[in-house]
Parts: sequence; structure tokens; C-alpha cells
Amino acid sequence: MKLAYWMYAGPAHIGTLRVASSFKNVHAIMHAPLGDDYFNVMRSMLERERDYTPVTASVVDRNVLARGSQEKVVNNIVRKDHEEQPDLIVLTPTCTSSILQEDLANFVERAQLDANGDVLLADVNHYRVNELQAADRTLHQIVQFYTEKARKKGELPEGKSEKPSVNIIGVSTLGFHNQHDATELKRLMADLGIEVNAVIPEGASVHELKNLSRAWFNLVPYRELGLMAANYLKDEFGMPFVDITPMGVVETARCIRAIQSILNKQGVDVDYDTFIDEQTRFISQAAWFSRSIDCQNLTGKKAVVFGDNTHASAITKILSREMGIHVVLAGTYCKYDADWFRKEVSEYCDEVLISNDHGEIGDAIARLEPSAIFGTQMERHLGKRLDIPCGVIAAPIHIQNFPVGYRPYLGYEGANQVVDLVYNSFTLGMEDHLLEIFGGHDTKEVITKGMSADSDLSWSKDGLAELNRIPGFVRGKVKRNTEKFARERGFTEISAEVLYAAKEAVGA
Amino acid sequence: MTLADAKPQSATQSSPQALNFECETGNYHTFCPISCVAWLYQKIEDSFFLVIGTKTCGYFLQNAMGVMIFAEPRYAMAELEEGDISAQLNDYEELKRLCTQIKRDRNPSVIVWIGTCTTEIIKMDLEGLAPRLESEIGVPIVVARANGLDYAFTQGEDTVLAAMAHRCPKKVESEAEKEERNAIQKLLSFGNKKETAAPESEYVDHPPLVLFGSLPDPVVTQLTLELKKQGIKVSGWLPSKRYTELPVIEEGYYVAGVNPFLSRTATTMMRRRKCKLIGAPFPIGPDGTRAWIEKMCSVFGIEPKGLEEREAAIWESVEDYVQLIRGKSVFFMGDNLLEVSMARFLIRCGMTVPEIGIPYMDKRYQGAELKFLEQTCHEMGVPLPKIVEKPDNYNQIQRIYELEPDLVITGMAHANPLEARGINTKWSVEFTFAQIHGFTNTRDILELVTRPLRRNSNLKDLGWDKLVRETANV
Repeated sequence: MKLAYWMYAGPAHIGTLRVASSFKNVHAIMHAPLGDDYFNVMRSMLERERDYTPVTASVVDRNVLARGSQEKVVNNIVRKDHEEQPDLIVLTPTCTSSILQEDLANFVERAQLDANGDVLLADVNHYRVNELQAADRTLHQIVQFYTEKARKKGELPEGKSEKPSVNIIGVSTLGFHNQHDATELKRLMADLGIEVNAVIPEGASVHELKNLSRAWFNLVPYRELGLMAANYLKDEFGMPFVDITPMGVVETARCIRAIQSILNKQGVDVDYDTFIDEQTRFISQAAWFSRSIDCQNLTGKKAVVFGDNTHASAITKILSREMGIHVVLAGTYCKYDADWFRKEVSEYCDEVLISNDHGEIGDAIARLEPSAIFGTQMERHLGKRLDIPCGVIAAPIHIQNFPVGYRPYLGYEGANQVVDLVYNSFTLGMEDHLLEIFGGHDTKEVITKGMSADSDLSWSKDGLAELNRIPGFVRGKVKRNTEKFARERGFTEISAEVLYAAKEAVGA
Repeated sequence: MTLADAKPQSATQSSPQALNFECETGNYHTFCPISCVAWLYQKIEDSFFLVIGTKTCGYFLQNAMGVMIFAEPRYAMAELEEGDISAQLNDYEELKRLCTQIKRDRNPSVIVWIGTCTTEIIKMDLEGLAPRLESEIGVPIVVARANGLDYAFTQGEDTVLAAMAHRCPKKVESEAEKEERNAIQKLLSFGNKKETAAPESEYVDHPPLVLFGSLPDPVVTQLTLELKKQGIKVSGWLPSKRYTELPVIEEGYYVAGVNPFLSRTATTMMRRRKCKLIGAPFPIGPDGTRAWIEKMCSVFGIEPKGLEEREAAIWESVEDYVQLIRGKSVFFMGDNLLEVSMARFLIRCGMTVPEIGIPYMDKRYQGAELKFLEQTCHEMGVPLPKIVEKPDNYNQIQRIYELEPDLVITGMAHANPLEARGINTKWSVEFTFAQIHGFTNTRDILELVTRPLRRNSNLKDLGWDKLVRETANV
């Protein structure tokens, strides 16, 4: 048992539902008790989805506990098949069905006899995988299912598309800015003269899946979702894939060069260097931004980055390599893929943190006192409590992270967006401090930046007055250093003298 | 003309048939009952709620409770891992470790264990473990099985309060303790210190009355004052602001519920604590509040004073809102058990209700409310609604397309899709969190009910009613 207040990645079935409901005309049926269909609320609210979320529950209640689901699951599948005529129904196990150990595979087989559409059992175990891993598996499973089905029927297309083409794999519903990223990637491919063969799973029909092999290569923009499918396609059809996330100017260029080398190997003579140069220097504003004096002011400022593998690693590289910001800590909650993360970021930050305990991250932030945080909604709230600005770069997210306006994180426009995000976070912080220096909020209490605000030491009146004269952005640090000094010397009360003695002793 | 005057207009012509009850498949959307921790931990200030379940439960709480999760809530998950499921780990030891940590970090006066689907399925004997652990760590542990196998949404509170009812003390030991338990009275006489000089005379001599149901403190005060005006003294309230202030309950006390979803609590009060339950409509809307108070009065043999005028004055003050909904229809998809009371109130406002969906219908506990609903329909001259227990959301949506109601009260899963198809919706969960009880909060309910209509009438000339393509509707 684990005492938990907050989790970064959701339970496995959420991942399966994200993939299933991303496809067009695919319905998911959860084998779950009443109330577990909360996914529908999230999708309807966060994505502001106009259509009914194609997810229903085959409700597990007392009767099911006593007698097993019996015909119930089968009937629910067949009923949904008749009502909505989906191409595919994905039976989704939950934590409850994991322990009931009913033979769901058998239900699927039986339902398949009466259903017009296809029926699949999502192969995910609640206790072994989380949301992200489950999404990756489910996508792989569906791709594999339709590839094999087409092969059996002899419907697999021969050969490649006429012009160079790509499958973009891993764009899904409730993914962080996924919709905008997909648009930006399609635009980028068009600029490179590459046709988009398919984007999966978001908006795709399962009937398109048999044509995946017609693309010349696959692009997997996110580390968390799509790699299993890409690897499968590589094994089956020898399709190469690019798994460099085109986030930030440098990585986008790297991604494009990888595409170039794949195409060159397949006998197409393309040279994207002029395109990259033109985009980098003149179209995108990001490279020019890092050169401008605004960005100069950010040099050496401390930042903490935390998120999923894709976003945390890319942002860390952007901050450190493209903006000269000092990343004191980069972290991820994707514990299952920690080695990859460590390898990606270790040369761009002082410290790497692999954890899914928000308390641990909170304590690290309090200790490091960065000028800005780039994290999830949780870090945003930690930042609020500690008075540190935060830009949200990864899920878990809420409705604010589903902007209506165009906000990709990938490609050259994405680089512009990241610049704005980073710059706005830092300037807002500076503004706040300037206000304080010039007496904007002189009634404010002393800021403590520790997660636990209590201290065993008391401050005398004059000590406190002195402390309050110290500019806000260093006050917390001075306070803590002074208290540390006082504790070491055995002072119980801190007066102005002690404060200055501490300053001399430790340079606080 | 206010509604109060308009009542008897066509009482006789409406069809005299009784309410029609149906039961569907139970394929509907609602919140998991563990969501009750979100409002109960705020209500009971010295409590800590430990939900013993899986990531699924945690994910639900985290997302459903939105910003509250960041306010260092006094609730947490005891997240079960594979070792717990396969009994490789010892339940007792695990819970002891977690509860000791909670005691150390938060020092609560009570730890409430919320049993979930998983603890049910693996048959974790929470009721058996709790007393042992309680005596070992010295913190009371209350067990409530608020799981999605058996209950829906607000019924979670019912399971917690039913468990708490067992913990209410039997007798007041000392005067000092009595003083402490009298917190509500103190709250009411705040700023009026000398009032204690002549307290008892304000009340009629009646057997002690304890009310049950968790309400925000301002509403508790309002309802207590309403009863005080009639000379009825509220001796206690389950739950109180603090666990240590749970009301004394002795055999023969009178009890009354303030919410329609508290049938288990009512049963416990009657059977286990030997109390007398006052079955009344619930104090939702001015009509419900009046009927609720009148019932109390009649039980204690009191002639109610000034209630008719009070109700009329409230109706008059909300006439601007009532005008917006009079003659319109409302469809309840059903997810929180407040539906019957809400429908009865809205019918009194002049609306028609084709269907009341409801997760679970206790015809005994809600008996008075159902009778009141019938009476209201007759008085307002509208057909009796169909009450659908365990509704099927898919079928309901087909019926909504057919009926084209002016307003659908539904969960968030269906709200946006219905709006996109030009159907006004109100998110049902708001009624559980808003203050809707008593005379004073009538305007608040109507504020919620009329909001979509007011919003959409602001936009009506734009011609954007339907925002999905016809073909996408198949």
C-alpha cells in the first residue's frame, strides 16, 4: 500500500480509452463498476468535445460479483454494435476486472460471432502498466490486428506510395497540445515535399491501417506513444522510423536531417539544409530570440523542469542549449523509461530526478529556489505556493491547457510558442520582484520558501524589520541561511545583529 | 401575481393517475460515491479520509475535485499494489503503517476508511481491522463502504453518515461536555451573549430533535433558525463541524433528514439507535422548506406561524427568475438522487417534467417527497412525470431527441454533446455543491437552473444553435 495524494500518470484503462476514442468510429466498452466512466467527463470537458465520447461501461455490480458477468458483457458489446455500428469495439479491462479474472477473451470471441464490427480485448494489466504504457500497447495491438487481418484477406497493398510519404504515429485525444502539434507536423511535411500517408490514432479510421506500409517511413513525435507500433511496422515491413521529437530549433533540425538521411537511403535525392537554414534564421523567431538582448538577461537564470519524457527532455535542451538558462534539475515521472531520460538530459542539467511523488519534486524546488519552473499543473501549484512562476509543459493538465488558439509545441511555430512561454514566465517573475523592491507590497509577510513554513527560531522585531528590507527574491534564502547560522551557533532569537553576523559568516 | 396565488388554478382537470415508476438497465453515468470525501472532509474539520483503493479511484478524485486537490486536502489514497491484491502483504500491517503516518503528520480526531470496489472484491475485512487498529493507535476509525458496485455519487455520504451514526454518544456525561456539544446553539447566539439568560423559554417543550445530512455551515445556521422561529430546538446535527462534537442520540429522540439520499442513515437511526424518523419532504425550494417545517411542527403539536407569508414572499422575490422557466420543460437524466425534490420544486415554478431519472429510489424514505410531488403536479395541473430508476443513458438520449425538452439536467459527459446539438443543459453536479436548502437559497437554485436559458437567450439571434454536422449524428 502506498499513501498517495496525487498521481502524474493515470491508470492503464485511461491510456486504452485515449487511443480507442481517438480513432473514428471505434467504441470502447469498459468492464467496470458504476462511476469508472469518468473518462467521458474529462474528454467532454477538457477537449470540449462536441460528440458523445464513444465509451460505455458494462457495469460490474453485486450481481456480477456473485455470478460473474455471464451474458452481460457479450450483450453489451452486441448491443453497442447494433446501436452505433462501430468498425471496432475495444473491450477495456479496469482494476476491477483485473482481480475478478473473468475470461474476457472468451467474451470477446463470443461477441464477435454476433457483432458486425471487429471486437478486441485490450491487452493491458492495471497493476503492471500505467496510462502511457497502456496507450502505447493498445495502439500497437490495433495496428497489428488490422495488419494481420488485411494480410489474411490478401488486402495488404503492395509497394510504396509514388512520392515520399510518412505516417505520423502517436497523436491522441487528451494528449498535451496534440491537435496543434499534428497540424504543425503536417505543415512541416508539406514544406519538405513529403506526403502524409496517415496520422494515427487521432481522427483515423481503422480501415486506413492496412495502408500504413505504403509510407516510406514513420515519424514518432512523442516518446510515450507510438514507439511500439513503429517498431512493429519496422519488423513487419522494414519501415524505418524517426523518433526525434522536433521540439526546439536544434531538435527540429536534427529530426529533419534524420528524415533526409532515410529518404536518401531510399534513393531520393533531397537536401533540406537550405530549408533548415532559412527556417532557423529567418522564419522562426526562436533563433533570433536567443541572440537578442532580452534573452541575454536570462543567461544563467535557474530553472527546474519536470514532466513526461518527451516534453521535459526537449524543454531542458531548449533552455540550456538554445537560451543559455541554467537548468538545475530536470525530472520525469516516466519511471519505467528513466534510462532514456537520463541519457537525453544529463549533459544539460545539474541534477536528474526520477520520481512520481509530487512531494519529492516540491521539496527539490523549495531547496533549489529556481527563478522559474517548467512542469505540469502540479508544479504550477507548487510554484504558486512558493511564489515561483511556472510554465506548464506537460500533462497532467487541465482545461487551460486545451487552448482554442493555435499553440503547437513542435516544429518551427512550436519553437516560437516555447520562446513565449519561457520568456513570459521569467519576465513575470522579474516584474514581481521589482514591485517588491520598490515597495509595491510592503505589508506582505516574510516569504518562506520551505514546504513547511514553521521554524523553531523566533525573530526579534528589529531582526524582522531588517529581513523585510531585503529584496523579495533573495529574502527566503537569506532567512534560511540566517536561521541555519543561528541554529549552528545556538541562538534562539534572531536579531538584526545575528542577521548581519550570518551575512558575514556565510555570505547570505 | 405570484405562484403562491396561482396554485389551485386547474387542480382537478389533470389526470389523477399515480406516479409511474420504471427501471432500466443501469447503464448511466454518475460520479463514484467516493467523491463524498471531497465535501465531507471540508465539513468535518478534524477528520482524515483514507480511500483504500486503486489508481482508478485516485485518478477520479484528483480530476473530479479539480483545484481542491492542491489545497493540502485531508484525504489521501491508500493505493493498493499487486502485493496487496495477492495478499503477499498483510493488510493490517500496511494500514497500520499508513494510519500511523497520518496520525503523525495530521493528528486527526477520526480517520474514515472508505472501502472501494477493490476492497469489496478481495474481501478486505475493513470492519474487522478497524477496531483492532483503533485501539492500537488511539485514533477512532470509521469504516464506510462507499463503492461503485453498490452505490451512486451522493449515496457515498449516506454510507459515511450511517457509519458515524453508530459513533454518536449515548448520554451526556458531564455539564462541561454538554457545553461543548452545544456548538450549534453557541454559533447561533454569537454576538448575543446575554441570551443564555432566557434560552429555554423560546422553545416549545418537545423531545430532542437531531437532524442528519451534511450541509455547509451557513445553511445549517439558516435551517436551525427557521426551526427556532417555530419554537423547535435542534439538539444536534449529524455530521457536526467536528467529529468530537457528534450529537448525543438516545432512544426515543426524533430525527429528520435534510437530503433525499440518506436512506441508510435513516434506517440506522431508526433500527440501531431507536430514534423516530420524521418523514417529510426535503427543504429544497420554498415549497419544500415550508412542507418540511410544517411536518416537524405537526409531529411536535405546534401550530406553524408565518410560514405561508414567508413562502409567498420568497416566491415574489424570485418572480423574475420564475418567469424565465414557467411553461418550459425539464428532463432529469439522473445521477445524484436530488432529482425528485428538484423536479417537485421546478414543477411548482411552473415547469413540466416528462422524466425524472434517478439512480436509486427509496420509496419509503422519500415517501413524503413523492406524495408532495404528486400533489404539486395536481395543483399545478401538469401531467405526472415518469420516474426512471437506474436509467439507461443511451435510451434517455433518444427520448431527449424525441421530446426536445427546454432544459436537460445531466452530467458533464453528456452536457457538451447535447449543447452542440442545440439542447440546453445544466450540469447536475452543481446542485450537490451549491447551497440549495431552505427559504434563503431559493434564488441560488434558480440562478443555476436559469443560467443556460439566460446565456442562450443572449446568443439566440446568432443562428448557431446546432454546432454538429447532421451526418455526424448517426
